[in-house]
Amino acid sequence: MTTATAPAAPAPAAPPGALALGLRRISIELKTFFRDRNSAVWNFALPMLLMIIFGSVFGGQTLGPTGITFAQYFVAGMIASGILYTSFQNLAIAIPMERDDGTLKRIQGTPMPKVSYFIGKIGLVFVAYIAQVTLLILIGYSFYDIELPSGSQWFTFVWVSVLGLVSCTLLGIAFSVVPKNAKGASAVVSPIVLVLQFTSGVFFLYSELPEWMQQFAALFPLKWLTQAMRSVFLPESAAALEVAGSFELAKCFAVLVAWTIGGLVLSLVFFRWNKRGQD
Amino acid sequence: MTTQTAGTDLVVPVPEDADLAVRVRGLRRAYGETRACDGVDLDVVRGEVLALLGPNGAGKTTTTEILEGYRRRDAGDVSVLGHDPAKATPLWRSRLGIVLQQAADLGDLTVEESVAHFAGYYPHPRDVGEVIESVGLTEKRRTRGSNLSGGQRRRLDVALGIIGRPELLFLDEPTTGFDPEARREFWELIASLRSQGTTILLTTHYLDEAEVLADRVAVIARGRVIACDVPRRLGGRDESLATVSWVEDGAHRSESTHEPTRLVGELASRLGGEVPALQILRPSLEDVYLSLIGHDTEDAS
Repeated sequence: MTTATAPAAPAPAAPPGALALGLRRISIELKTFFRDRNSAVWNFALPMLLMIIFGSVFGGQTLGPTGITFAQYFVAGMIASGILYTSFQNLAIAIPMERDDGTLKRIQGTPMPKVSYFIGKIGLVFVAYIAQVTLLILIGYSFYDIELPSGSQWFTFVWVSVLGLVSCTLLGIAFSVVPKNAKGASAVVSPIVLVLQFTSGVFFLYSELPEWMQQFAALFPLKWLTQAMRSVFLPESAAALEVAGSFELAKCFAVLVAWTIGGLVLSLVFFRWNKRGQD
Repeated sequence: MTTQTAGTDLVVPVPEDADLAVRVRGLRRAYGETRACDGVDLDVVRGEVLALLGPNGAGKTTTTEILEGYRRRDAGDVSVLGHDPAKATPLWRSRLGIVLQQAADLGDLTVEESVAHFAGYYPHPRDVGEVIESVGLTEKRRTRGSNLSGGQRRRLDVALGIIGRPELLFLDEPTTGFDPEARREFWELIASLRSQGTTILLTTHYLDEAEVLADRVAVIARGRVIACDVPRRLGGRDESLATVSWVEDGAHRSESTHEPTRLVGELASRLGGEVPALQILRPSLEDVYLSLIGHDTEDAS
């Protein structure tokens, strides 16, 4: 703490642009995410752990007469869950923490355009998801004989992933106003994700769930993400196991688009930078 | 604003032609029934250090956070670097530096990563290494935020506040948690920023800090600026009675007077040279401050 730094500034110039700063935010978000020893990394690792546990216990069992292994069914559900984990759960827990610890207030006081913050979050979500999916498929392929998608299934995989991540990211940003503080965030968000997983056919065969449960799950994105991922990882013949007798990809697309629009509206209306009573 | 109160004459106006970094007139903001700002008038001249003093709950934080663009106002004219903070733009923000109270973020990043990252937000940032050096964190530059002590964290906050080469720097209780040596070093840093032309609005609870650093001091109480002047004249301090004390015939004596020099002259001739245990005391900034906010509380009740 001694001498001063540099001479006075030249004439004011425009601060760096929103996209350039968004890219810088992505790098800082990733560093923070993967260094955080508390919650984020455990949430990230959970699908892999579940894959190993369920794969080891039930992986070899087959579903009815189809010859499809449970591991093959389960990897679709885990990847769909991974979308929800890395976007919705991650942001709905991390943003209240950042509101509490002063992150949001500090960056609000800088010339960084607010949109750059969201670019950083979206970048984090996509990178975390890609890493998670790669590890899940690697584990499934190496230990539980998962068959990889082929041809147009990859195309479905990409659009379902992108649409799922975008809609659930927006929903996570909107939901970040619900927890009263950082401490409560995990307790509010995790049960919601767990209930959706149980009712959406991640852990159990969706077609064997009670009808009221199916109808409940059909209101939310995870059911449709899981169903669409089954179309990616299961053979065409498995469509017969679905409630509707098909994977209903057009309907999946429509529901995810609707949730994307809904998420955008909700986050624009409800998202707040400041703690309650501080604006 | 035209509101007149008993204490208004303690607010010494700046010259008409002063180049203002901050101009506030009639600022009001209420939270429900509580009027946090109840007609704040304040000028900060470009290049000066202005210390804003006041008890907790007096409206300091609401006032500064309105100036910083964090909070909205109910009424009043506010201009910060020529702009309305309620309509903050990135360009305007790039000319400000803000050191907030109590932040606990950036725990997973090293000092160097944090400072370098925030440097990227500004069009003309200072040099990252020089800023870290200037706040005395060079040895800690590879330490993560969560492993810094309270005082070191505060220095990181200051580093992030000045990295963008601000024209106007807000410092909200910057030296809380500093040991005495770190505070002295911090004062040198502020003096050096001032000498480069940075305008500084400082809120603090340390009156010695205000006395050392500030060109002018403003006292805020019950949502108003009740006194504003240079530290040595605040609240008529320079014109108050001086207390002269000495020892005569083995007894402690003291006398309050407007003319301490005359009294000392008399004592010197009466006691024939050196006056034993001679002291001349004027009220300290703390005395004046306490009497100002004390008066105010009495008025309130």
